[in-house]
Amino acid sequence: MSQMYSDKVMDHFANPRNVGELEDANAVGEVGNAKCGDIMKMYMKIEDGVIEDVKFKTYGCGAAVATSSMATEMVKGKTVEEALALTNRAVADALDGLPPVKMHCSVLAEEAIKAALTDYYTRQGIDPEPIVGCNMDCDHCHHEH
Amino acid sequence: MSRFVYADNAATTSVAPEVFEAMKPYFTEHFGNPSGHYSIGYTTKDAITEARAKVAAAIGANADEIYFTGGGSEADNWALKGVVERKKGGHIITTTIEHHALLRSGEWLAKNNVDVTFLPVDEYGKVSLEELEKAIREDTILVSVMMANNEIATIQPVAEIGALCKEKGILFHTDAVQAAGHIPIDVKAMNIDLLSMAAHKFRGPKGVGALYMRKGLKLPAFIHGGGQEKGIRGGTENVPGIVGMGVALEMAVKNMPENNDRLTKMRDRLIKGITETVPYSYLTGHPTDRLPGTASFIFECIEGESILLWLDMVGICASTGSACDSDSLDPSHVLLGIGLPAERAHGSLRLSLGEINTEEDVDYLLEQIPPIIQRLRNMSPLWENDKPKEVNN
Repeated sequence: MSQMYSDKVMDHFANPRNVGELEDANAVGEVGNAKCGDIMKMYMKIEDGVIEDVKFKTYGCGAAVATSSMATEMVKGKTVEEALALTNRAVADALDGLPPVKMHCSVLAEEAIKAALTDYYTRQGIDPEPIVGCNMDCDHCHHEH
Repeated sequence: MSRFVYADNAATTSVAPEVFEAMKPYFTEHFGNPSGHYSIGYTTKDAITEARAKVAAAIGANADEIYFTGGGSEADNWALKGVVERKKGGHIITTTIEHHALLRSGEWLAKNNVDVTFLPVDEYGKVSLEELEKAIREDTILVSVMMANNEIATIQPVAEIGALCKEKGILFHTDAVQAAGHIPIDVKAMNIDLLSMAAHKFRGPKGVGALYMRKGLKLPAFIHGGGQEKGIRGGTENVPGIVGMGVALEMAVKNMPENNDRLTKMRDRLIKGITETVPYSYLTGHPTDRLPGTASFIFECIEGESILLWLDMVGICASTGSACDSDSLDPSHVLLGIGLPAERAHGSLRLSLGEINTEEDVDYLLEQIPPIIQRLRNMSPLWENDKPKEVNN
């Protein structure tokens, strides 16, 4: 059957991992906007440079939910540096691919991780820009993807 | 208990068994080309004549005013472009919430030096007669307003628009793809000059439709070819499709009072059940002047494609006007056209019931939908403490 999404995307959509909020999060990032139809909010608990716990809340389509879920799985237990190296392509690949029109959701997942890490550095009084980079121009809809 | 509930009858319908039976012989034993000068050609030619009479009778037209097409989109394209060609340009008035077949044709004409006014509609999707009258100019050649909307089901004041156009001496086209076979149509009483329809919306087959052209108004050919359809729509006729369309429309009109009585009750139970049990949910379109089987909603703080995926997992087929359900990533022009902000338009759901649906289907929809909405809201960053976050703040 010519389904829109891979079985892995559907699995992560129907049984999303790490949904919710973290009360004791020390890194929180939100990207996207309601006008574009997707928002991802990431909560992280980072200790000694390691992402001990991560949760997310997402408003959006099936791919938005699945990429958020997969991204949290891919950074949980990893160091901040490892999380910073996560690319949208890696998230999409881990889900056995996304339809081309949905690739922007994986970009949003990568940006959500980076937004949380930006918050993590900012809270410690460290300028996040040289480390995370400036990718927080999330006010536009990702129509070009 | 799990069921399969098809609630997307506005997208397409299943071919009625009687329609399928009527079509079958025209695939096999009655395969003759209607232009052929031998008995099996006469058989198919007669079948087309009979179907044409049935389609005409269903909308109060004469048989010689019906031209078969390859569907509703072709009929819409033909009507607009044909009138412009006949009148050698001029001004067209249509609305912002038309089907894409109409909108894209209008936009294409606008790029080719035709002035097109896209009239706005009110919050229910209704065209204002006053606004329409104000938009009419000296050089206006055509008004095209759909009879009923495909997304929000609102029925337009077609008879009033027809009367106004007649008074002003302007041609009036209506896209009746959602309306034909579902609500009563009388092209004479409604002063309609051109009307588009598609068989698959009323339990006929896909790939066949018709354009009604009022007598005396024979538009130029749209498909150039042989002498079919009085020489203005070339191509060997889709005989099984045309036969199916005739039978389907005749049946739809015959069963309309009974069907609509039943569908209206089911639709209203659905609207009441959903809007009363799901907080921050709203009906879109007109509350009463709407197609009998279609209920359309907005659910705040969630996105339509996610709703559809969950519904599909529990055996329910429905549709949405969310950006994420399309290739464009823009939410539906209809929902934006009735003034909804993009963030609300993303949370739309259309449930369209048809002849095949039962009260048990409505029970199942009412049982399955509210928890799915709740589940999606629970994971939405826009939702907090059982309400939209913006309400909390």
